[in-house]
Amino acid sequence: MRVESEAQLAEAVRDAGGALAVRGGGTRPVGRCLGEPLEVGISGITLYEPGALTLVVGAGTPLAEVEAAIAAEGQRLPFEPANWGPVLGVRGQSTVGGVVAANVSGPRRVQAGACRDSLIGTRFVDGRGQIVKNGGRVMKNVTGYDLVKLMAGSWGTLGVMSEVAFKLLPAAPSQATVVIDLPAGAAQVALAAALGSPFDVSGAGWLPGTGAVVRVEGLAESVAYRAEQLRRLMEPFGPVRVEEEGSAAIWQSLRDLEPFIGKDGDLWRLSVKPSEASDLVARLGGEVLLDWGGGLIWALLPEGSDVRALASPYTGHATCMRGAAGVTFEPEPAPIATLTTALRAQFDPKGILNPGRMS
Amino acid sequence: MEMPKPKEDLLARKPQIIARLREVLPADAVIDDPSETRAYECDALSAYRCQPLGVVLPRSTAEVAAALKACHELGVPVVPRGAGTSLAGGSMPQADSVVLGLARMNAVLETDYTNRFIRVEAGRTNLSVTGAVESDGWFYAPDPSSQLACAISGNIAMNSGGAHCLKYGVTTNNLLGVTLVTMEGEVVEIGGPYLDAGGLDLLGLICGSEGQLGVVTEATLKILPKPEGARPVLIGFNSNEVAGACVADIIKAGILPVAIEFMDRPCIRATEAFCHAGYPDCEALLIVECEGSEAEIDEQIGMIRQIATRHEPVEFREAQSADEAARIWLGRKSAFGAMGQINDYMCLDGTIPVSELPFVLRRIGELSKDFGLDVANVFHAGDGNMHPLILYNANEPGQQEQCEKLGAEILKLCVEAGGCLTGEHGVGIEKRDLMDVQFEPADLEAQMRVKDVFDPKWLLNPAKVFPLGASASRRAS
Repeated sequence: MRVESEAQLAEAVRDAGGALAVRGGGTRPVGRCLGEPLEVGISGITLYEPGALTLVVGAGTPLAEVEAAIAAEGQRLPFEPANWGPVLGVRGQSTVGGVVAANVSGPRRVQAGACRDSLIGTRFVDGRGQIVKNGGRVMKNVTGYDLVKLMAGSWGTLGVMSEVAFKLLPAAPSQATVVIDLPAGAAQVALAAALGSPFDVSGAGWLPGTGAVVRVEGLAESVAYRAEQLRRLMEPFGPVRVEEEGSAAIWQSLRDLEPFIGKDGDLWRLSVKPSEASDLVARLGGEVLLDWGGGLIWALLPEGSDVRALASPYTGHATCMRGAAGVTFEPEPAPIATLTTALRAQFDPKGILNPGRMS
Repeated sequence: MEMPKPKEDLLARKPQIIARLREVLPADAVIDDPSETRAYECDALSAYRCQPLGVVLPRSTAEVAAALKACHELGVPVVPRGAGTSLAGGSMPQADSVVLGLARMNAVLETDYTNRFIRVEAGRTNLSVTGAVESDGWFYAPDPSSQLACAISGNIAMNSGGAHCLKYGVTTNNLLGVTLVTMEGEVVEIGGPYLDAGGLDLLGLICGSEGQLGVVTEATLKILPKPEGARPVLIGFNSNEVAGACVADIIKAGILPVAIEFMDRPCIRATEAFCHAGYPDCEALLIVECEGSEAEIDEQIGMIRQIATRHEPVEFREAQSADEAARIWLGRKSAFGAMGQINDYMCLDGTIPVSELPFVLRRIGELSKDFGLDVANVFHAGDGNMHPLILYNANEPGQQEQCEKLGAEILKLCVEAGGCLTGEHGVGIEKRDLMDVQFEPADLEAQMRVKDVFDPKWLLNPAKVFPLGASASRRAS
C-alpha cells in the first residue's frame, strides 16, 4: 500500500488489520520487516527559507531531491547523511523520512551533530491513527516535550512520519583533508589529537587503503590555514599529506562505506567510546573502517561472527546492519527496556508499527 | 496564576512525611522549618511564591533515590530544583509538595580529553563546568545568560541555550548521557560517553522535560577545544527591518558567526544610561561575533562588512583590542540589569522564523501602544529567539495583570508567525495555559502519555507545562 497524503496515512494506520511494514525508499533494510508494506510517498518541499536556514519537507521526499534544492542556495544538511543502499545491496531512492527514522549521520557528526540534532520538527501518525505534531520550524524551541528527538532513530516503530523540518547550514565553499599513513589500530590516537585541537575538524576517520583522514571545511583561506596547522600537528603520527582536490571523494567513500560494497560477510556498526577503538579493531579482526574519531567502527566480518562476544566488554552498542545475527540491535538493559516497552505501548498500543524491527 | 488546590490530607500528614524523609536521609538533608524553607518558595519568576511542605537536599544519587522512593510511597508531589534560576516558574513549589534541591551535588566526577567529555554531578553550575577544563584549553558550549548561577540539572530540564548556540547548539546537542532517578526511586543510566545512543532516544526526551520525567543526578557532557580567538563587531542601523534583513543576508552568505545579537532603540537607550558602553544612537544594532585564528576572523569580518555596507549602516565598529571587544559586549550583557533600573519588567521568550522579524517587531510596537506599556527588545537574532521586555510598575494596581495580558498577546503573535511559545526558558507555570495556542489536543495528549510512562502517578512537578484542565484527570488519580 502506498499513501500520498497525511490523511491517507492516518486512515491506513487506523484501518490496519495487522502489522504494517513502514517504508520510505526501502534503502535501509536493517532488522526484521514484518507485515503489510506501507510505503510513505508524501513528497515535496513545503517550506524553504534560506535566510532562516530552515526546511520543511514531506517525509517521503527523495533525499537527493532535497539535497539538490538546498545546494542551489549554497546550503546543506549539516549531518551529511550516508547512502547505505549500495553496501546493503539494495536499489532505490533514500527518502528524508527514512533518514530520520534511522537517525543516519555521516562523518560531520563529530562537528555538526547527528540527524536528530538537525531535526527541529515533525508531524507523524501514531499507532492509534492520530496525527501528532511536535517541534516546529524554528531552531530554538523548548515548548513541551521533545518528541522530535524520540522519533529520530525510532525506525517507524512509534509513529509514521508525514513531515520533517530541518535546521540547515551554509555549504562550505572549500575543504581539505590531511591524510596520515598509519594502520587502523593506531588511528584513534592521531584522530583524538586532531579533534582536541582548535582547528574545527569536520571529519576524522580511517579508510582502508588511504589511512587516517582529518577534514577541515569553510572559507578558502581559513581552510588552507587550518589544514597546514593540522598537517604539522599530525606529523609525529606518520607520513602526512594534504589532499585538496581529492578531499570530497575521500569523505564520500568513507560515508557510504565504498570499500565494503559488493564484498561478502556480515556488516556491523559499533558506536563506542573512541578510546576503545584500537583494542576493538584488534579483537574484531576482519576489515574495518573508522569514523567519528574512532567512536564509530564499521566491521566486515565472516558470516555468523558473534560480534558482541568478540567485542565484549565494551562501552556503547553494536548493530548488525547486514547478516544473520539473531538480534540486530543491542539488547537494552532491564531498566531501559521497561521504559521503552511502556513507551511503545503508549504510542502503538496495537503493536502494528514495524513490530520487532528494533530487536 | 492558578495553581491546583493543595491536597488537605497531605498538608495534614506533614509531620509524618517529614519524619519518613528523616528516616531515609541524613538529618541535615531535610528542612521543614518555614523560616528556612522560605528560600525555596519561588525561583527567578519571583512574582509567584508558595511555601512547600519541606525541602530535601541530598548529597548523592542514592539519597535522591531514597527521597523519591519515600515520596512516591506517601503520594507526595516532588518539585526538583537546580539553582532556582528558572524564569518560567519551573521550580516553584506547591503547598503540598517537597522541593528536591540538587545544589549539594556539584562534584566533577571525570574529565576525559581523549574522548572529549566531562561527567559531573548535576547540581554543578554551568560556568564551573567550563571552569574545570578551561586551563587545559577546553570549554562546555551552552552558555545561558545565567551561567554563573544556573545548574546543569536545570539546563537539562529546560534544554537551555545561550548567545553562542547558533554555532554550538543548545543543551540537547551537547549532552551525551545522564543518570536519572525515576519517581519510583529507580536509577537508570541513559546514554554515555559515545556519540550515538542505541535504541530509542530517551536522552532527547529527558532533555527539556522540565523535571517531570525523572531527576537527573549526573550528566556526561560534550566538551570542545577552545577556538584560537574571537572578535565582535557592532553594526548600527536606522530601522529594525534593515537590521533584520542584514541578519538574513549574513546567514545566506554562508558565514556562520558564533553569535548574532539584536537590540532595539529602547534597549540601546536604557543600557547607555546604565553602563555607558558607547553605543551609537540608532534604531537597531547588531553584535556579531566571529571565531577562529586572526586570519580567519579577518576573512569572516571582511565578508560581514561587505554585506552590512549594502544595507547602509550608521556605524560599523570592529573591535581592535580585548578592551574594545569587552565594551561592545558590555551593553548587551548589561541589558537586563539596565532595564531593571528603569522599571519592573517581564521578560518574554518567544521564538519566530528570522524572516518574520520585521513584521513581528512592528506588531509588538502596535500592541505596546494598545496596552499602554513600553516594550524593549533584545534577542538572539541568528536563531529568532526573542526576549521582549515589557516595562511596568508592579506597585500600581492592575499593571501586572495588564503586563501578563500583553505578554500572552506577544507570545500568541510568535506562534501565529510560525514560531513557538518558548525558545529557552521553558513552559513552567508561566506559559502552561497558552500551550493550546501552539498544540492541538492530540499533540498534548501524546506528550502527556510520555509522562504517564515515566511517572504514572503524576507526582513529579505535576502542575507545570500542561494546561491544568488538560492534565486534571491525570493529576487527580
